[in-house]
Amino acid sequence: MLVYVIRRLLQSVVVLLAMSLLVFVGVYAIGNPVDILINPNADQEDIERAIKGLGLDKPLWEQYFVFLRQALAGDLGKSFAFNVPAIQLIVERMPATIELATAATLIAIVFGLPLGLWAGLKPRSAAGRTIMAGSILGFSLPTFWVGLMLIMVFSVHLGWLPSSGRGPTTPLLGVPVSFLSWDGLRHLVMPATNLALFNLALVIRLARAGTREALVQDYVKFARAKGLSNARIVGVHVLKNISIPIVTVIGLQFGSLIAFAIVTETIFAWPGMGKLIIDSINVLDRPVIVAYLLIIVTLFIVINLLVDLLYSVLDPRIRLADART
Amino acid sequence: MTDIGNGDPRSGALFGCLALLVALAGPAGAAESLRIGMSADVTSIDPHFVNITPNNNVAWHIFEALTHVDADARLVPGLAESWRPLDPTTWEFKLRRGVRFHDGAELTAEDVAFSIDRPATLTTSPGPFTTFTRPIVAKETPDRYTIRLKTAAPYAMVPYDMNSVYIVSKKAAAGATTEDFNTGKAAIGTGPYRLARFARGDRVELARYDGYWGPQAPWDRVVLRIVPNEGARVTALLADDLDAIEYVPTADLRRIRATPRFRLEQKVSWRTLFFTLDQHREPPPGVTGKDGRPLGRNPFKDPRVREAIAKALNRQAIVDRVMEGAAVPAANLVAPPVFGHAASLKPEAHDVAGARKLLAEAGFPDGFAMTLAAPNNRYLNDDQIAQAVAQMLARVGIDAKVATLPLATYFSRARNLDFAFAMLGWGSFSGDLALRSLVMTYDADRGTGAWNWGRYSNASLDRLVTQAFATVDERRREALAREAMALAMADRPVILLHHQLATWAMRRELGYAARTDEYTLAHHFRRER
Repeated sequence: MLVYVIRRLLQSVVVLLAMSLLVFVGVYAIGNPVDILINPNADQEDIERAIKGLGLDKPLWEQYFVFLRQALAGDLGKSFAFNVPAIQLIVERMPATIELATAATLIAIVFGLPLGLWAGLKPRSAAGRTIMAGSILGFSLPTFWVGLMLIMVFSVHLGWLPSSGRGPTTPLLGVPVSFLSWDGLRHLVMPATNLALFNLALVIRLARAGTREALVQDYVKFARAKGLSNARIVGVHVLKNISIPIVTVIGLQFGSLIAFAIVTETIFAWPGMGKLIIDSINVLDRPVIVAYLLIIVTLFIVINLLVDLLYSVLDPRIRLADART
Repeated sequence: MTDIGNGDPRSGALFGCLALLVALAGPAGAAESLRIGMSADVTSIDPHFVNITPNNNVAWHIFEALTHVDADARLVPGLAESWRPLDPTTWEFKLRRGVRFHDGAELTAEDVAFSIDRPATLTTSPGPFTTFTRPIVAKETPDRYTIRLKTAAPYAMVPYDMNSVYIVSKKAAAGATTEDFNTGKAAIGTGPYRLARFARGDRVELARYDGYWGPQAPWDRVVLRIVPNEGARVTALLADDLDAIEYVPTADLRRIRATPRFRLEQKVSWRTLFFTLDQHREPPPGVTGKDGRPLGRNPFKDPRVREAIAKALNRQAIVDRVMEGAAVPAANLVAPPVFGHAASLKPEAHDVAGARKLLAEAGFPDGFAMTLAAPNNRYLNDDQIAQAVAQMLARVGIDAKVATLPLATYFSRARNLDFAFAMLGWGSFSGDLALRSLVMTYDADRGTGAWNWGRYSNASLDRLVTQAFATVDERRREALAREAMALAMADRPVILLHHQLATWAMRRELGYAARTDEYTLAHHFRRER
């Protein structure tokens, strides 16, 4: 188990190195941030000096080694556009994104699991069919469109919810969160729902398919023969057995939610990391882009590891040491 | 606005004090707040760090400069009451007396000298303000309220350049980092508002400065919400989450105009759109015969070809259809209210037959093929304009393949001269300034033609613009700038399109003194009766 974890962590270091090199070369190939941020009235001398000041006049390999040296010392560089450490910028925005992603995941589980179970238990009922039809919509409607429609209906026409932005924040263990106040919740509900739709549909489908499969298994028949109540069969035995694929998917999707909440954050002007990365790409703010992607890659690595560990908890038959082969 | 000042105890205290003041002032001073939706992210409160519009827009609330510009982009007194050239290389500025910084200290010439020196010390700026401070080679402060700025050569732009140098408090800003400005510690200016809270990527909260030397700002509190997405900005206005927004997307103009709850304010902006054409390479990249074979010569060097392209464009159609009326056809590199605009020039008339004839005379009866490059996220409807222009060019026989790119790659490649025919938008304080950057001969040593992508060169134009720059008498200089503009435009070094209109949308009961420089200033919003 320990060997397994260490091996995984070593692999991660290689991934991070490769990632940083790719981003470095990629951003370099796109262009020069000074060309975008320089004042139009600047003359050639100003432009040269700005490029020099940021160290962009050096050859790419030299820039990369400077970056690596500093990164090993824990410094991922200062943002060109903000003039503050890139890590600080990202960490500052992270709570907003994580809050949004967590709320979306909770919505997906809390609504998706019961609906999926229901659809699996009663696949031919009207309710079951409606749930499945609804899940198709969740898959296929584009996020940005649903987001705009939500705003049009609930903010513009009904005036129930604020159209955009994050509500007031209160510190919870030092992290600013917005879900503790009523106004904060009102700001959170629409973007979280919008972000949750895809995963909600996913959970419904997984839960339904798993349930239908489990219901014909021997252990369910045996449980019935033993005279267990239906609630216990579904609530304990079926639920436990269908949870493995769901945990995998939700775990992986949680990473995606954080990394790709960009669309929702843009539409709802949610001050999270997604908005930061888009703005940074637009002005080629390399330190922020590199730091952001490194953090996201790390996040995926950690989540994958946690999912693997969770497996062995949920299913005693899975041994992590086996992953060596 | 229940969320104002949350999360920062200092701003809470500040608002507490304000609330008390308001309470003491009685019902006449009932708290009024204004929420404005801004179109781009503010990266820093440090007014000397990077010269980009969103940062400057916030800076204009907190800080001021020696000279200001009015709604027509014309120079007016700011912190300097008056200025005059003592000799061709010395400008003297007389400071307004009794101006106090937000910390109560009086503004003196020393603060001004400090503020002029500071941009050069910020070496990691990707867009430094040194453009405006570098020409000044020496400073003198004969008394507390006078400062003299010396330049190496006669230079008429000093008062204009001083409009871009924000005056900070020496006491507060000496040794301050960008973060010190962001937290508000060093953000001590003389402006009508003081910084209450800067929440990066989200909002800037401002509180009225009661000791302001000018007319009191009409709003106790201002929230500048950063909502870069156009659709989100409009819906936030429709949902009453915002009182006003800037940069209204043209697609929504009609809808907002038709809604009685809202009002639009428009003004011709200083941003002019045009195409640059490669006039120095043989052959320019991407320009070939229609069969793909090389042309043998650069068509854009022939003034008849440039005239033909200018005539091929139906500017009014672009303004009406693509821009939904939010533009005016251009005949100048600078918009009508701007210094040095030559009113005698008229936009090129749309003339397909004339354009074909000119192309035939120039030896291209069958036209030619080229690539038309444009950004797709920089100017209002830039990619649609590029498509429309390509179709208009097709009618006179020029096959233009449209290549639109996001800003991040576009500017780098354009400055690398990868494009023979490229869209560019420009905002300038004055005609001669625009000419210097855009059409004067490219010369890195003299700092001219820095954005002359086509490398157009005209010796008599160079002489005239240089002369204008050295003329410290404003009226003579404007005459020279106009003459230079007329001379340049007659040769069509670039193909002009239109001047954008800047648009603000707001609740019916508000009004805004719309500005040519496109800045959204909370203190210029008023309550309409």
